[in-house]
Amino acid sequence: MTTGVEGYMYPNEITLYWSVLIVLYPYITGLVAGAFILASLERVFRVDAVKPTYRLALLTALAFLLVAPLPLQLHLGHPERSLEMYFTPHRTSAMAMFGFVYLWYLMAVLTVEIWLDYRRDIVVMAQSSSGLKRWIYRVLTLGSNNINERALAIDERVGWLITLIGIPSAFLLHGYVGFIFGSIKANPWWSSPLMPVVFIFSAMVSGIAAVMLLYMLIMRLRREKIDMLCVDTIARYLFYIFIVDFSLEMLDLVHRIYEADESFRTLNFMVHTKLYFSQIVLQIFVGTLTPILLLALTQVLKLPEIARKRIYTVAGCLTLIGIFAMRWNVVIGGQLFSKSFLGYTTYKMALATREGLLMSIALTLLPLFILWVLVKLLPPWPEKVQAEIPATTAAN
Amino acid sequence: MNITRRQMLILLPAAAVAWESVLAGTPESSPNYKMTEHWWSMLIDISKCIGCGNCVRACQAENDVPDGFFRTWVERYHVTDWHLENPEVISPDGGKKGFPSVAADDNGKYFFVPKLCNQCADSPCTQVCPVGATFISPDGVVLVDQKYCLGCAYCVQACPYGCRYIHPQKKVADKCTLCYHRITKGLTTACCEACPTGARQLADLKNPKDPIHEFLRTHDVQILKPQMATGAKVFYNDLDGSVR
Repeated sequence: MTTGVEGYMYPNEITLYWSVLIVLYPYITGLVAGAFILASLERVFRVDAVKPTYRLALLTALAFLLVAPLPLQLHLGHPERSLEMYFTPHRTSAMAMFGFVYLWYLMAVLTVEIWLDYRRDIVVMAQSSSGLKRWIYRVLTLGSNNINERALAIDERVGWLITLIGIPSAFLLHGYVGFIFGSIKANPWWSSPLMPVVFIFSAMVSGIAAVMLLYMLIMRLRREKIDMLCVDTIARYLFYIFIVDFSLEMLDLVHRIYEADESFRTLNFMVHTKLYFSQIVLQIFVGTLTPILLLALTQVLKLPEIARKRIYTVAGCLTLIGIFAMRWNVVIGGQLFSKSFLGYTTYKMALATREGLLMSIALTLLPLFILWVLVKLLPPWPEKVQAEIPATTAAN
Repeated sequence: MNITRRQMLILLPAAAVAWESVLAGTPESSPNYKMTEHWWSMLIDISKCIGCGNCVRACQAENDVPDGFFRTWVERYHVTDWHLENPEVISPDGGKKGFPSVAADDNGKYFFVPKLCNQCADSPCTQVCPVGATFISPDGVVLVDQKYCLGCAYCVQACPYGCRYIHPQKKVADKCTLCYHRITKGLTTACCEACPTGARQLADLKNPKDPIHEFLRTHDVQILKPQMATGAKVFYNDLDGSVR
């Protein structure tokens, strides 16, 4: 029973209750928030260069958001009771309130924005397609078939407003995930008012990197030219936000080291032993400093297109690894030491269990599959629908 | 199946005994118990604890606590000279079977610290429960409604004392209930009852006649981790500064 324990753990602490699935939960939610912030760059802040990724970013956010509650659900001892969080929420619980933040973001922000943005295309596709697809699109129009200029102008204005509401909502969504951890005073590894802010910035970093990679991958698969102005702009934003994110994390670290409170010796030892690979190597060197340096190179040097593409790909992948490592270090790291500060336990990931490695791989791949379906259903490439309009008009 | 009169005469008393046993296991209602008239706590006298593990065994038997998990446990501290920050602590199997003997020439001090849920008045565990399945009863005991608990383990993370666990079979949060089924019937807890030295005393802070008031007035009593501001109600007499 006590295998993997060093020093003294309170006997009930030997078992870790928040597994890799709870690592996935903030990781996936972060990708949602980050992708949405990228989309809002174009919509609200008028950064036209990132327009080619606007719809892809929204669909990515939706695909990941649909999967976000699954790891939580699978981890519960009694998943069949999970709806009680909505029916009888405990108002002082950060976790209970997260359910409402999630619903708000899903139902009032993301789906509405996507629907408004796609409404014209959906109406056109409902007319131009046949069979089952026609029925799907007809349902998706929700009976709103008016696509005259005035109606589209209203869509545009309402969509802008929703995005405006969506930005603080995205901050709220992921900041709240940070609060779930940051508000636990019993755990010095988590308890920090910086936690929600660090979570928001790391979310933006991971979401932007994910959409940038997906855009480049999809363009390659479609054998189309990558809009370098778009990717350069995304990479520039990624670089800036990454620096803010890294600064915040370092501020937290420096503060802990300088203050050196009663937990410091324990946490310091943990970082140098059990978390050395995931924190120092993966999160800081491989997943943060390397991508920041690579992105800095593209900002300072005038590199050819092919070099920039490769650097963005490598930096993007490393970023995703680094942010995953960051979530891992927060969630798993926070349970490896005893609240007595006298010992450490070990996390052993199971392989084929409900909370094991295979399940977490499946949950990571599931949003990509959903995204594939969404992209098929709602192509984010405006030119395709544009091309269909004359044909539809001719048919009518 | 044919039963003869002879067999029937043997079976009937057996059935009556079995039925009696079933009834005995059914919690009786406590018509005279008024929750608002009590505010339960516990007093632990470190100087009296001999680390026998009786309390742990009694708790496990009384509350059907699964192996490897503990509603109460006993720690043995070993502190040498001035090294208060580096105590050597052990609790083999929660101290259930007692502790290994110590070297006679050891110059440090040894003492035992029984631990259990601190029945916090401002409990972080009830604060974070997403559905309110864990709550503070009007008589000051932190309880879990196991038919309502989701098993999310947020409360386990929030408890600064490591007193909660997820029951491996029931998949819900479990913890010390201060033997609520006993104290509401005028009995003491299983651990207090089993303690041979009186190191653990159940106390009712709302009862002016409870000896705890006199004890608190006349002794140096502390709670665990006061910096957590949890309103802990398990009071320790003779608590060493090294105890976490």
